[in-house]
Amino acid sequence: MFSNFMLNTWEAATIVAVVAGVVGFFTVLRGSAFAAHALPNGAFAGAAGASLLGVNALVGMGVFSLAGAVTIASLGRRARHDVATALTIVVLLGLGDLFLSRTTEYAPEIYSLLFGEILGVASTELAPTAAIGAACIAAVVVLYRPLMLSSVMPEVAEARGVSARRMDLCFLVVIALTTTMAVPVVGSLLIFSLLIGPPAAACAFTTTPRQAIVVSVLMALGIVWAAIAISYLTNLPIGFFVGTISAVFYTAGRGWVFRRQTRTAPSDPSRP
Amino acid sequence: MAGFFEPGFFSSAPVHVALTVGGIVAVVSAVVGTFTVIRGQSFAGHALSDIGTAGGSGAFLVGVPTLYGFVAMNLTAAGVMELIGIRRPRGRDLATGIVLGAALGVAALFLYWDTTVSSTTGATINVLFGSIFTISTSTVPVVAVLGAATVAVIAALYRPLLLTSVSYDLAAARGVPVRLVSVGYLLALAVAVSLSSISIGAILSTALLIGPAATALRLTTRTGLAIGLAAAIGVAATWAGILLAYDSAAWSAGQQGWPVSFCIVAAVFACYLLASLRTRQSRHQRAR
Repeated sequence: MFSNFMLNTWEAATIVAVVAGVVGFFTVLRGSAFAAHALPNGAFAGAAGASLLGVNALVGMGVFSLAGAVTIASLGRRARHDVATALTIVVLLGLGDLFLSRTTEYAPEIYSLLFGEILGVASTELAPTAAIGAACIAAVVVLYRPLMLSSVMPEVAEARGVSARRMDLCFLVVIALTTTMAVPVVGSLLIFSLLIGPPAAACAFTTTPRQAIVVSVLMALGIVWAAIAISYLTNLPIGFFVGTISAVFYTAGRGWVFRRQTRTAPSDPSRP
Repeated sequence: MAGFFEPGFFSSAPVHVALTVGGIVAVVSAVVGTFTVIRGQSFAGHALSDIGTAGGSGAFLVGVPTLYGFVAMNLTAAGVMELIGIRRPRGRDLATGIVLGAALGVAALFLYWDTTVSSTTGATINVLFGSIFTISTSTVPVVAVLGAATVAVIAALYRPLLLTSVSYDLAAARGVPVRLVSVGYLLALAVAVSLSSISIGAILSTALLIGPAATALRLTTRTGLAIGLAAAIGVAATWAGILLAYDSAAWSAGQQGWPVSFCIVAAVFACYLLASLRTRQSRHQRAR
């Protein structure tokens, strides 16, 4: 399980889990679950396009997920955000379909891009993953206060001179970068589950943002490590374990909140 | 005319089936989709098309027709989403995301088993992109009946559903059984999405659910009119896309034509962009 070729897997997964835990907290806070699903799915169009042109897949994914982020932000300015995201994802997937039809050699790799083939991480993929991951964390650290304010109280943030639109674009770019970093190594399903499940569970167990981020990173690490180990032992796809363990954690979090609410006071039904 | 409709377009049986199924699905999606857009549930609408994959691949595994797998899985997923039941759109997207993540995980497992059992790698791609030109004639009645049932549910719920979608609190105060109406709507959505994603693929399912409805709602604020307009746009975009895909195969002689899902998505997106240009322009004129 810890042989040489598996070491890359452990390292890549650890990087992805840490970044997903941090970025995911804001994804959950801002309710950007749809964007977190759309950008990783759209990134595959970039990979297909890159293989058509003979460019590095990472470049294609980066270009497409950034383009997706900008499209969501600019369409979402006037229309509803979810409509903009839905249109963006179908356009990206439609383009991916077009690119795929122009090339013949690519088809079998779709499965791995969608569901992740974490057991085959090359050591050349580690350096870009680490670099982009570090950039994502740095962006979140730099933007921490305005991003937090704009996510929780957009009106107050506007009054303080933090443009909600600009914050939105910045955050979507961070998700796009996370996508570019994670999809080639773990697949789009995995990064989506990690961006949503652990942070949502962490928010249920904690009371302050910093605590939530720490717990979310720890949970993401636990889920990924457990999933790799079980996947290695049982030879079943890792996506299944990440998806289900995340859901179990979230259910536990909801159960915890429910117990606390029923114990203390008559609950407020409008609370999520 | 001859250059516009490449030879054989009107006499080809797969094209007839594609036009029929595409038309039915576009109308059903437009009716349901108008409410999806008003309620801000695009994510749920899209997620169901992916979630159905888990049911479809599971059904494939045990040898049941995939449509039943899709419908059963989506009805379950819609039920769970409503059970987590969150009114605020932000939290609702989160609930959708959790269900989607879990379902995709299960889909990964089933597809893996599918490929090891029967070595059909094509299954993933087929479910995701679908192919409107390879629909068998026998699915047409099933699609028509389920589609009609979905439209009937929406028609029966029309007024309470509209009130609940526009103002949840007002509807609750008026004594509308809001929870029940929402469940009814989500079930209709689940059936509509399974229907469209199994026949024309997950991409087109979302495109036809959201695109025409969002376009129509940009052009008019009256819901009844918007539904009609969305249906017209959806059918027009679908047929134009099918024609384009068919023609492109003839143009690029020898090579494969453009995929039909790309053509329809392009038509839908072009309609949306045109509509938003138009509303922007009229707003500009009014400002003067």
